[in-house]
This record gives sequence, C-alpha cells and structure tokens, in this order.
Amino acid sequence: MTSATRGRTAPVPTASSTPVAGAGRASARPAPGGSRRRGRVRTALEVAMFVGPALALFAVFVVWPVVRAVQFSFYRWKGFGPLVDFVGLGNYVTVLRNDVFQDAFAHNVVIVVLSIVVQLPLGLAIALLLNRKMRGQGALRTIIFVPYVLSEVIAGVVWLQLLQPNYGVVDALLGAVGLSGPEQGWLGTPGLAMYALLGVLTWKYLGLAVLLFLAGLQGVPDELVEAAQLDGASWWQVQRRITVPLLGPTIRTWAFLSMIGSIQQFDMVWILTGGGPANATTTMATFLVTEGTKRYNYGIATAASVILFVVALVAAVAYQALVLRRDVGAADASARRGAV
Amino acid sequence: MTRTRVTQALTLGTAAVLLAACGTGSEGTSSGETDSQDGSTITWWHNSNTDPGKAYYDEVAAQFEADHPGVTVEVSAMQHEDMLTKLDAAFQGGDAPDVYMERGGGELADHVEAGLTKDLTDVAADEIDKLGGSVAGWQVDGKTYALPFSVGVVGFWYNKALFEQAGVTETPTTLEDLLATADTIKQAGIEPISVGAGDKWPAAHYWYYLALRECPQEVLEDAVQTLDFSDECFLRAGEDLQSIVDAQPFNQGFLATSAQTGPTSASGLLATGKVAMEMQGHWEPGVMQGLTEDKQGLGEDLGWFPFPSVDGGEGDQTAALGGGDAWAVSQDAPDVAVEFVQYLLSDEVQQGFAERDMGLPTNPAAGDSVKDPALAGLLEVRDEAPYVQLYFDTAFGQSVGGAMNDEIALLFAGSTTPEAIVEKTQQAADAEG
Repeated sequence: MTSATRGRTAPVPTASSTPVAGAGRASARPAPGGSRRRGRVRTALEVAMFVGPALALFAVFVVWPVVRAVQFSFYRWKGFGPLVDFVGLGNYVTVLRNDVFQDAFAHNVVIVVLSIVVQLPLGLAIALLLNRKMRGQGALRTIIFVPYVLSEVIAGVVWLQLLQPNYGVVDALLGAVGLSGPEQGWLGTPGLAMYALLGVLTWKYLGLAVLLFLAGLQGVPDELVEAAQLDGASWWQVQRRITVPLLGPTIRTWAFLSMIGSIQQFDMVWILTGGGPANATTTMATFLVTEGTKRYNYGIATAASVILFVVALVAAVAYQALVLRRDVGAADASARRGAV
Repeated sequence: MTRTRVTQALTLGTAAVLLAACGTGSEGTSSGETDSQDGSTITWWHNSNTDPGKAYYDEVAAQFEADHPGVTVEVSAMQHEDMLTKLDAAFQGGDAPDVYMERGGGELADHVEAGLTKDLTDVAADEIDKLGGSVAGWQVDGKTYALPFSVGVVGFWYNKALFEQAGVTETPTTLEDLLATADTIKQAGIEPISVGAGDKWPAAHYWYYLALRECPQEVLEDAVQTLDFSDECFLRAGEDLQSIVDAQPFNQGFLATSAQTGPTSASGLLATGKVAMEMQGHWEPGVMQGLTEDKQGLGEDLGWFPFPSVDGGEGDQTAALGGGDAWAVSQDAPDVAVEFVQYLLSDEVQQGFAERDMGLPTNPAAGDSVKDPALAGLLEVRDEAPYVQLYFDTAFGQSVGGAMNDEIALLFAGSTTPEAIVEKTQQAADAEG
C-alpha cells in the first residue's frame, strides 16, 4: 500500500500538536545536526514547518498523480488490476495517429486563436467605454462581469437550453422576426457547433478581459493623458498613443491566461456538445476523458493527458520567453532608471 | 482503508486536467481481504435509490439478516451513474463491495480476467439452471460469473394518441412499413421518431438491431468470441441504417439530442408528446415519468412494438436486442454473500421485484407478477424471442463498443459510410489484441 503511506503524510502536519516531529521529517536535509549554529537550524526548522504542509500537499496531490499518469501511459491498462502489459511508447503513437485527437488539437488551436482575436478588441472597446464617467457605469460593469462569475457548468446548461432547436429561446427569437435557425440546431450542425461554442465562451469570458483591462487602465497616469490633451490630442489619439500602449503588460498577461484556459477547455464543451456532433468540437481534454472514463483505455487516456500537459507547458514557456520577457525587461529598465 | 479511499478520491479530483487514475496496481487486490475477514458482514451496492425499490431492498436485506443470525447486510442505494463511478474507483483500489451489479459482456470478461469476480458456476448451479438462457450474457468461457435479475429488450415506444391523429392504425412490422409510417406521421405535421444521437448509444442501437436482422446467430456469437467483423452482413446492417437516415424520420437536432436528460432529450420529447415514437430499452416508462411534471409520462397513451423485420435478412427476424443487470459477488467476499445473491433470485424476492415494476424478472416464477401492461407485453416478446442479444457495446467491451458507437453516430451525421463502421470497429478490436 505505497499510496496509503504516502497519502498519510498529507493531513498530519496541519494538526500541529507535534510541530517538531512534523518539521523534523520534512527538514531532514537542511538540518544536518550539531547545535553550534542553533540559530540557523532554528530558522531552517521554522521554514520547514511553515512550508512543509503545503509542499506535502503539493507532492501528494500534484506531483504524485503526474508521476503516476506518466507511469500509466506506458501500459495498456483498463483501470483496474495490476500494471502488466507494458507497451512503451505505443499509447503515444496511438494517440498521435488518432484522427479524432488530431482534430481535437486543431480545435484547441482554433479556440486559443479565436478567443484572443475576438475578445481582445471587444474587451478593449468595452473597457475604454466603461472607463469614461457615465451614468449606470457600475451597473454596466456588473452586467459585463456576471457571466464570468457563473460556474462554467451552470452557464453551459443555460446556453444548452437557449440553443435548443425548435423549443429554445434563440430559435424562438429568430422565428419571431421571420428567420429560422439551422435545421439540426446550433449545436447539432457539425459546421456550426464550434462557432456556437466560441460564442458562448466569448460571452462567458469577456467579463474577465474587461475587468483586467479596467484595472490596467487605473495604472495609466492621468498626467500623461492631461499632457496629451494640452497638446491638443483628441480622445481617440489619447487612447491610441497612450492608453493602449501602456495597457500592453495587462493585455499580454490576459492573453496568457486566455491561452492556457483554451488549451485545457473541457467543461463548456462537455456540457454543450460532449465533443460532438461528429467530433466537431472535441478538445484534447474531452478526448482523454472519453478514452478513460467511457472506454476504459486508461493507458491511452493518460498518454493523451501527458501530451496535453506537454503542449500546455511548451505554450506557456514559449509565451513567457517570447512575449512576457518584454514586460520583465521593461520593468528592469524602469527600475534601473528609478535607481538613478 | 478509508484513508486510502479518500486519498484516491481527492487525487482523482485534483487531477482533472492531467487525468491520473489513481490505482494502486497489484498492491490493491490484497487490501480487499481485510473486508472479508469478518464473514458476518456483507456490503451490497444497488441502484434502486427511489421508492418503492429502495424500501423493498431494505426489507429484503432485513429478511436475510433475520434468516441468518449474526449476518449483517450493509446496503448502499446509489444513483446509477454514481454507482458506476464508485464501482470503477472501488475496482481500481481493490476495495469492491461484496455484492454488486454487473452488466455482462466484455466488461465482465475484463473483471474476470483481473480476478475481481467470483465464479458462481458450481455454487449457484440450481439458480443458473432455473434462469436458463438469460445467463448467457454473464458467462465467460463457459463459466457463469453473475446472476441476471432483470433482462429487458429494446423496441419502439410510441404515443397512441399521435398515431391516431396521424391516421396510423397499425404498428409497423417491416422496415419499409416503419419508414412509410414515419412518412405518414411527418405529413400530419408531427415529428416521427426521436433519437438521442448526442449520447451515441441510442443511435448505435439501430445498427445493432439491423445487424441482428441481417446476421445469423452463429455469426454474431462468433463475432463476440473472435471480434471478427468481416462477414458481409455487418456491412448490410450499415446500408440499411443509411436508408433509414436518408428517409429523415428523426427529430430536429437529433445529432445533439441527449438520450434522457431533460424535456428536450429523446425520451423527454416522447414523454411530452412532441414526437410519435422512440426506440429505447425497457426502462423507458420509468424515465418518461421522471421527465413529466405530473410524473405520469404518457400514461395510457404509451404503447410498444418490437423492432421491425428486414426483408431478405439472414438473421432471425424475431430475435431481440437487450441487456440487463446481474448480481455478482466479488472474489474476496465471504461465502454468505453467494447465499445472499441466491436469495435475491429466489421466487419470493423476484416476485416482489416484479410486483413493484422494478424491472423484468428473469426467474420464470415471477413472470406473472408484472403489473404494467406495456412491460408485460415486452416480457412476452422477450420470452418468445429465440435469443436475446446483449447490446453490442456491452458484449464487445467499452473499448471496441465505444469505437463502434462513435462511428455509427457519424453515419447519423452523414459523415461516414457503412464500410467505415465495420473498418473502425475492426481496428479497435485488433487493438485489443
């Protein structure tokens, strides 16, 4: 029962009735013994005591499952019984050759790109508008932000009902003005389902973009805007030459969050279409859940999950290196300038 | 034990993105023994979590305890999907309940291969004898591993009032009849058939049934054993299905329609009088009751007819597609658990089961106790059928069955061919090795 013993380390340290024991175990290395430098040992113990529980939890609930997933991915395994059927990289080959997975990867790319392309200008426009003093500003901000607060599953179920063919509100509204929805419904037509999904995702996540951009706008110094106005710049010019460029770091951070969320997209797809119709909206995450929990090909599912993990990691690291580096560099530069 | 289970449950939850099924591998099976050291307690998981079924099973457990002093039956009534998830986790952790439900086929074969399920062939020989052909779906290599307590068949549930409104007086008996009937109903401005193709399996049932009509029984038995789908009849089943899909008898948006969740699901559309018929299993009346506000479903208007015959088909034209649930005993369970399963299939318990319309009893002594007229008619069809073919996805196991269902659903979407269904199924079967 290796996992049981390992599991047991997690809840204990928080009990704190035996802090020494808890700290001693976690800090076996930094405290090699010897009471001469008692102060340092004590500091090390204190650090270990405070960091230990969190690290233990992280190890048990994040590191350990990741390690196990990698292990499973080398076996043909149905989810129960011993791991005996070692297939090496066979599961990875199966996944990468699977046309449904290839489509799923493409769908993820589409979601990443279109989420940013659609939400960025829209979010920016709304944020710039809401940043002006006007009546009902608070109410408008709330309305824009409410979808983001809703649980993704609840939002999904609501939209599922709204988009029903024939009986849904969307089709009823179209019917009222003499139009009609698609024959198979918005979510049932393979060519439309992805766009319907993207529409719902935009509705859901636009609020986050607007909120972040509004917060970023608070950081744009009024003096700059005033100076520009004194020089005769129009409102439009101020936005284009001063506000948006200064909003750069916020936009880049938001795009990063949006990208990672899109790569891992699961809930909304699962509720709205389950990956259908005809695999038109399958994402990497829905693919691996279907392989695992529906077909009991846990080896293949974990291989897909490792691939998803690597894709997300590579995307994150590349984005950090290529895009976010500018912000870090700029911060360094301004810090240096500040020092002088 | 509890801590292991909690840890595993939490781990599973945490690993939502990086799906890491937390099994304990080979160590897991040994831990199950701790359960069975105390032979006087048996754990029993079932899915009758609403009355009258729940109360009845509590009663049954109490009666068994009274008859066997010193024995305690720990009953867990769970919602069906919950139970499946928990069973998966229990098998992964080597901590399965003593008495639980098996759906048979490839899934059971996997459990047998992993050494999770007890062989009941000799210990319950009398019961197996009594149940007759029903146990076939729960046999692996000639041995019986679970005793079916409810076996139903799939057929068409229809709305009598809507049939009448469309001027249809007789239920269809051939495939052409069915399509003609659907057309008549369509002309009357009513959607003929609902199908939950979004969930795939309801759509796949059409292909299964057509294969039953096109393929001789030996071919199907062979396919279950060898996973060889090269016989031409499987291709013809796909072509028949193509002809049905081309006739467009299905509800608007059927590709995204779910089987039975909510009023816009396939069952919901039938229950609320939006479509005239739906092909579904024996559980349909109960599902429809849950989907209507008055909890009546279609009530008196509900009728049932068997899947039509296919002209020129080489298969048996009265064979039925179906499946059911069986009680299985886990490998490490105490002996008294077997006795409990035997008790669950006794005349007395099966009659009580039938009287409460909890399912379609397999014990012949309980056949007359079914009260619901639609279910009684269905029972007649089941017992008259030369054989009941277990749903293919269950029979072949989820891996092959899932690939098969996916491809069949694609045919409904018009984005694949009858040939590809056979091809993809064969590919998945070959991957099983």
